[in-house]
Amino acid sequence: MGSVVTMSTEMLTAVPRSVLDARPEHSADSPVSVHAMTVAYHRKPVLWDVDYDAPNNKLIAIVGPNGAGKSTLIKACLGLVPRASGQVEFWGRPYKQMRARIGYVPQRESVDWDFPVSALDVVCMGRYRMVGWCRPVTKKHKHAALQCLDRVGMREYADRQISQLSGGQQQRVFLARALAQEADLYFMDEPFAGVDAATERAIVDVLRELKSSGGTVICVHHDVQTVREYFDHALLLNMRVVAAGPVDDVVTNANLHKTYGGRLTLLAEAAEAVARAGDGR
Amino acid sequence: MNEAMHNFLSIDLLPMLAGTLAAVTCGLLGNFLVLRRLSLMGDAISHSVLPGLVMAFLITGMRSPIAMFGGAAIAGVVTVVLVELVKKLGRVEPGAAMGVVFSVLFALGVLLIERAAARQVDLDADCVLHGQLETLFWFPPGDWGQLFSFTTLSEVPRQVVTLIVMTIAAVVFVALLFKELRIAAFDPALATTLGYNAGMLHYLLMIFVAAATVASFEAVGSILVIAMLVCPAATARLLTDRLRSQIVCSVVVAGVSGIGGYVAATALPAAFGLEAVNAAGMMTVVAALLLVIAIVFAPQRGIIARRLHQRRLGRTVALDDMLAALYRLEEAGTESVDKAQLATLQRGHKADHALDQARKQLLVASVSGAIQLTEAGRAAARQIIRRHRQWERYLVDQAGFAADHVHEPAEQLEHINSAAVQRNLAAATKQASVDPHGRPVPNNNGDDDPESATH
Repeated sequence: MGSVVTMSTEMLTAVPRSVLDARPEHSADSPVSVHAMTVAYHRKPVLWDVDYDAPNNKLIAIVGPNGAGKSTLIKACLGLVPRASGQVEFWGRPYKQMRARIGYVPQRESVDWDFPVSALDVVCMGRYRMVGWCRPVTKKHKHAALQCLDRVGMREYADRQISQLSGGQQQRVFLARALAQEADLYFMDEPFAGVDAATERAIVDVLRELKSSGGTVICVHHDVQTVREYFDHALLLNMRVVAAGPVDDVVTNANLHKTYGGRLTLLAEAAEAVARAGDGR
Repeated sequence: MNEAMHNFLSIDLLPMLAGTLAAVTCGLLGNFLVLRRLSLMGDAISHSVLPGLVMAFLITGMRSPIAMFGGAAIAGVVTVVLVELVKKLGRVEPGAAMGVVFSVLFALGVLLIERAAARQVDLDADCVLHGQLETLFWFPPGDWGQLFSFTTLSEVPRQVVTLIVMTIAAVVFVALLFKELRIAAFDPALATTLGYNAGMLHYLLMIFVAAATVASFEAVGSILVIAMLVCPAATARLLTDRLRSQIVCSVVVAGVSGIGGYVAATALPAAFGLEAVNAAGMMTVVAALLLVIAIVFAPQRGIIARRLHQRRLGRTVALDDMLAALYRLEEAGTESVDKAQLATLQRGHKADHALDQARKQLLVASVSGAIQLTEAGRAAARQIIRRHRQWERYLVDQAGFAADHVHEPAEQLEHINSAAVQRNLAAATKQASVDPHGRPVPNNNGDDDPESATH
């Protein structure tokens, strides 16, 4: 059993490192470039040797089935989950130096909406980095937060406790919070999940606004139907990058078939086997 | 200064102050545990600091506060790390992990105390549980002038001084890091990406909880500590909906528990000629009572408030149902009914109440025992029927229900009268004019002829 475990760790670390050395330097133009990134939960690989350079000033969708590692890709980029190997650079630099230019919208279900804060309080959180340690949120920042609520059509709800908002309204509050971060690159985890038609339109408007002001947005997106309509680029993901590029080129039936079924299931099976072997089962 | 005042200052003031300060400190920090649904962590840490204390004691050989706080802080961090490890490696739920870790560490502490006792070291596991409030005496001078002199104040017992310092530290900690603690509790992922490492803040909070535990339990014991980490925050949570007001409220509740508990433990039994009871125990009971009162009577989240809300809702539904029933009878050609006929449609006290309400609001009129809709009643009923039939349409056309399965769900849905939902419903059903059973959907204006709409 011991030999299998060794093999699995080698598989996770040795391969990407050798490949990494062979790759040319990524350009500093790309808002985010991922090199040979592998991520594992409890020894089970979730992302395997992912390489991706995001184009600048585009709306990019990450598309793939459940368990394909879409959210994990975002979290690993932001350092929220540890990477087994590989590296991520933002405009050619490590995350810590570029924090100020990067915004994040987690999944709506990831927080407790019963929390005793108002919609405005939540949006103000987007400004915390600018406020700095141990300082209270000033009027100036509150005013900026109110304007962000306005941009998603939620200004009149500023003083509501967040549990009193509908799901779509909560998602818009999250979006306003991202706007308050005033970033150049946004990661959004399923912003369209479970929202009403009005919110969907509001989100699309905000995405286009962000793009027209020079920003780049990378969204985990579940709905294959609307990818071409809402996004410029797509990254088809199922533990590995299946295809990446302009939506018209990559969102094809053949690629979708590859992403949602077919050959890659073998890789998933292998990942299960590695995890099982690691557990000694 | 009279004798009663002097007695109060020397016998009652310090125990009351110590208990209240411990309550306030723990109540303040407890807010963040309750919000992160980590209340049990307070329990865990308050037990597992014991081995830390004893170790610090055995190594340094003295009861210096610095050694004790150091030992407690280390024990607090070790507890959090161990809980995470047990959770991950043992694949058990957080509660189980905390339970295992703190009981084992507490047991380890007890064993270490036995070792220490063998070396004639003065440590007592009992006092860790219920404290020694009653042993706090102070001998202040007889007149006010000398009360605040350096010598008098320097005679204040060490436990009380420690608690005063700890309370100030906790207040400063929460005031300075309010925003950071709030974001780390609400959205740790975002906090971390913004540079406020949620994991670090969590450890810092736990160190403060451990320190508060140590500062408190020599005086008041760990039972009060555990109760105060949970009860005031939980009480405040039911009464407020902003973190700032919740924190203020929790501190007030903790203060009331401390002072009230002390009075209830000493003055109350004395009034009945009984012996005073354990003050820390009584403070815990008062804190729990306040929580129970909040659970029952809280303005919005209390049991009574929710019951009342449900009753109001039930009455609205009964009234809606009655108006709809009368409308349907009218459609079928029956202009009025008597009370007996109405009773066959709807029964119970809700129906009686609905009829009274309808009369009062002039939605129905009864002419010599015959009940019929007024103009206003008919208009209200039209809206209900409209929603009902639109929902039926929607359920059949767009949600894939069979036509004979939609009446019951539509009965529920018709009572939702949100303007936004209604607008979307009308749009989704494309202003359909008949329901799946061929009955007309009344329009919004009340000027249509139902006969013409059936075509």
